Amino acid sequence: MKQAVKKAALPLVLFAVFIAVWQAVCVKGGVSPILLPSPADTFAYLVSSTREGLLPEAVLVTLSRIFLGYTIAVLLGLLFGVLMHASTAFKSTVKPVALGLQTLPSICWAPLAILWFGQSEAAMYFVVIMGSVWAVCLSAEDSIRSVPALYIKAAKVMGAGKAELFKSVIIPAAMPGILSGAKLGWAFAWRSLMSAEIYILITEHAGLGQLLHFGRELNATDQVMAVMAVIIVIGFLSDRLIFVPIENRMRRVRG
Amino acid sequence: MTELLEVRNLSRTFLLADRGAEVRALDNVSLSIGEGEFVSILGPSGCGKSTLLEIIAGLSPADAGSILYRGVPISGPDRHRMMMFQDAALFPWLNVLDNVLFGLRFVSKLSAEEKQRRAEEFLTIVGLPDCAGRFIHELSGGMRQRVALARSLAPDPDILLMDEPFSALDAMTRELLYDDMQRIWQRTGKTIVMVTHNVREAVCLGSRVMLMEKHGWITLNEKITLPYPRSMNDASLATMAGSILPHMQRAKGVL
Ligand SMILES: Nc1ncnc2c1ncn2[C@@H]1O[C@H](COP(=O)(O)OP(=O)(O)OP(=O)(O)O)[C@@H](O)[C@H]1O
Ligand SMILES: [Mg+2]
Repeated sequence: MKQAVKKAALPLVLFAVFIAVWQAVCVKGGVSPILLPSPADTFAYLVSSTREGLLPEAVLVTLSRIFLGYTIAVLLGLLFGVLMHASTAFKSTVKPVALGLQTLPSICWAPLAILWFGQSEAAMYFVVIMGSVWAVCLSAEDSIRSVPALYIKAAKVMGAGKAELFKSVIIPAAMPGILSGAKLGWAFAWRSLMSAEIYILITEHAGLGQLLHFGRELNATDQVMAVMAVIIVIGFLSDRLIFVPIENRMRRVRG
Repeated sequence: MTELLEVRNLSRTFLLADRGAEVRALDNVSLSIGEGEFVSILGPSGCGKSTLLEIIAGLSPADAGSILYRGVPISGPDRHRMMMFQDAALFPWLNVLDNVLFGLRFVSKLSAEEKQRRAEEFLTIVGLPDCAGRFIHELSGGMRQRVALARSLAPDPDILLMDEPFSALDAMTRELLYDDMQRIWQRTGKTIVMVTHNVREAVCLGSRVMLMEKHGWITLNEKITLPYPRSMNDASLATMAGSILPHMQRAKGVL
């Protein structure tokens, strides 16, 4: 217990020192607040924009985009992965394309998205899905392909038919790989969405990326920094709250 | 009278990826196995034992010849011909009880409670009554093979094919399993075909011992009349094994 407190205390102290030095530099040093806003200003922005409802709304808008876009990407990715497993023709066509597109930084989809869909929600979803679907699909394909042949033999002698084999053996056996693909896909989707929100300008339903963009246009560096902090916290928490519990459970079951 | 299982003129050739080379794993192999027998098949590595067992299980096709099961040619796997492997091949995403229940999933005539009861009963028979809730990674190698045995026997197959089921275990665990295996065989009256490299093991368990040489040719086929239960350290068993050992060594040299 004492040790745990000690372990947590040191980083907290160092962090506090860092904030204090930053605040001192801003107060004493005569640095332009446009270059470096003080922690107090940044925090003040957090408080006021929360009170006005601007920030919470942006968080909600961004979260709903990531959840919908990511869900579509995962479903499509799994579907593609399974189809690759089912059909060699599909696999030999789609897999090289997926491998190629996976290397494309997601921001590169934005110009095409705007040309096709205009400055719209659809354009943003397009960027998110294109940014993350390939990682999900490739790892699904890979983990289905690496299911040990022995599991399949064992299930067959017990009388499992094709559908049962797929549902009760192949998918659960591939699950750790599918999950790590889904986790990678989540990281890609989150980065893609931020690029898309900064790049694609829509006036209603501003998300966090749009707040960053407007912050820059207004030279409101405190806003930029505060919103960045919120983005970091969401990225961190989403991993902790979604993937870590699933991974822990899987580790407990499978060792 | 028709035997339980008849293997007639079975041949299987594998094409190797390397320059169209071929391996004649089985060449015109015939043998028959009667109901309630415990047949040990000995043979040097690569003589086609696993290939034969997988064809009998319906997991793998033959090029020529047929397998008659109760006089009827087999087509594909069937839970009346169960197979166990060197690796227990338990499913790590299920706990012990659910692994045993997996084998019962395809037995349509049992209700859920009966399946549950049967799974628990067979876990008791293999000596693991208190492990139902454990996960697979929490078991030793010997315990895993016991669970695999329970999973194979619970659906009440007519014949159990075992491909070197004990070879990955340490000597002490193996000896315990020999006792249990004899007890279970006598209690359930199953027909068992077991492949092994170990002459003593073959003699200790088998009511009949076959020696297989290259291309699956059976060069020795002997009833073992020693009374059950047999002990590995029994002198008459050692004599019996000693008379078969030279044949095994010769077969090894020939291959
Ligand atoms: N899938 C395969 N592709 C190519 N060759 C194979 C394949 N399976 C088996 N063989 C070959 O067929 C022969 C018989 O193999 P099999 O696995 O039946 O031997 P075994 O008697 O079980 O040997 P061991 O005691 O080492 O398990 C071997 O020469 C092996 O190389
Ligand atoms: Mg083998």
